[in-house]
Amino acid sequence: MTILDAAPPRLGPAGEDRSRSGRRSGRLGQRLLHAYTWLILLWLVLPIIVMIVFGFNDRVGKRNNTWNGFTLRWWGELFAIPDLTTALVNSLTIALLSTAVATVLGTLMGLGLGRHSFRGRGGVELLMFANIAAPEVVLGASLLSLFITMGVPRGYLTILIAHIMFNISYVAVVVRARLAGFDSSVEEAARDLGAGPFTTFRLVTLPLILPGVVSGALLAFAMSIDEYVITTFNAGSTLTFPLWVFGATRVGVPPQVNVMATIIFVAGVLLALGNALLLRRRRV
Amino acid sequence: MRRQAGAAGPYLLVLPGGLWLAVFFVVPMAVMLSVSLQTGNVVDGFTQTFNFRIYADAVTTYETQFIRSLIFGLIATVATILLAYPMAYWIAFHAGRNKSNYLFLVLLPFFVSFVIRTVSWKFLLADDGILLGNLKDAGLLPADFHVLATSFAVVAGLTYNFFPFMLLPIYVALERVDPQLLEAADDLYANRREVFGRVVLPLSMPGVFAGFLLTFVPATADFVNAYVLGGTNTTMIGNIIQTTYLTNADYPLASAVSFILMAVLLIGIFGYARLLGTRDVLEMSAR
Repeated sequence: MTILDAAPPRLGPAGEDRSRSGRRSGRLGQRLLHAYTWLILLWLVLPIIVMIVFGFNDRVGKRNNTWNGFTLRWWGELFAIPDLTTALVNSLTIALLSTAVATVLGTLMGLGLGRHSFRGRGGVELLMFANIAAPEVVLGASLLSLFITMGVPRGYLTILIAHIMFNISYVAVVVRARLAGFDSSVEEAARDLGAGPFTTFRLVTLPLILPGVVSGALLAFAMSIDEYVITTFNAGSTLTFPLWVFGATRVGVPPQVNVMATIIFVAGVLLALGNALLLRRRRV
Repeated sequence: MRRQAGAAGPYLLVLPGGLWLAVFFVVPMAVMLSVSLQTGNVVDGFTQTFNFRIYADAVTTYETQFIRSLIFGLIATVATILLAYPMAYWIAFHAGRNKSNYLFLVLLPFFVSFVIRTVSWKFLLADDGILLGNLKDAGLLPADFHVLATSFAVVAGLTYNFFPFMLLPIYVALERVDPQLLEAADDLYANRREVFGRVVLPLSMPGVFAGFLLTFVPATADFVNAYVLGGTNTTMIGNIIQTTYLTNADYPLASAVSFILMAVLLIGIFGYARLLGTRDVLEMSAR
């Protein structure tokens, strides 16, 4: 309302005139902004296109930075570097396991925060906020301090613990966001009809919040498979895919990395599109 | 019975996740504080000496990197605001039914690992790579022109990598602007500039603030861009923490540096959250 009050009314033909010419320049502005949007999108996907294309490059020598013709060799020799393959398998299993645990814990947390008001809720929200807002390098370094002090050897298990830690808050936030407008009378109805708490959850609550849970799980998986900073502090000698690639940057990244990243990229895009389609169909 | 279950219910739901965060997020912070006040080395072990001077030493030793990180983070954040705002504006007001398709395209980089995206830029910007190499061959650039290992390369990398974190909250804020407000302003003979300056821009500021937070913190603390795209003169504080911890194994000093970084950033964050409310920022970040 204050915004409306602040705009001084201006009347008369001069004002109308200006508004009409303003509309015309507005259309030009729109077209420019449209072009600008595509320019930015090109900038965003440029490194991805290069990554995909150079997975087909018949490179000579150690450096893969000039185009030497098309080949499918790297797709055929995808698993020719044993360490890289191990790193990729580690990344995939860690992503799966951490997503599973974080989705369960995060969903419960999201439900608790979204459906109930209780003493200490503000504290829990602050905890999640700090967890999401804290810089990754500090999360990684502090967790390493804990493991060093407790004498815990770093490796697969400590990476898993770290990934669950940074994923819980994200899942909880996504699930809670989907709870907005949740009608709890359907749960009461189920209970009145004699369903126990677990049956109610399984048959009523879970199907209703499932889109949020799936989105949270997809986000967790994507974050885990992508994560470098926290992982490098807590990995010991275990390598994940991003860790292996980081280590290879100074000596030259082999084309197999391009191919693997391309496969992960395509699979991720298809999964996200599939989820979006499913959600759209459910809504109809 | 039911009322009792209702009272304990939320605690049971929040407890497992909260406990995980307490043990692997809160406790490590306390441990790191204690480690920073120890003296010793990896071979002989560390003892708690409450050597508070290490904080002063950390600041004086790495003053350059602290300041450089804050400047790089700030420039990258301002660059993302300037680049993202017009695009978010167009998507929110003019993309029509394709809004979600455009947002999906903005998120495409997230399907490729952060490290690989950055490596891909290194490859693109290499001195004899596909961009600079061809421009040099065409005589458009001097032969000794280079982008890698400069501050520009690092800031550009940060801008690229955190761009979606800025665009999404701005978009969310603009999307929430009620079109009726714009019509009302138009009816009251506000011209386009006034509609934008007095209605749209003020209403989108929470999105800009959320985006600032989501971009500035990770950009300032980042070390991947400085490592991959930068050189010896672009070392950021994140690089210092990494090498001091993992290569030099000087845990007290590394912990002190981490703590200072976090204190500087968290004071800012909580000042922000006070201003805006944690919930808004969280929900913006979840999008």
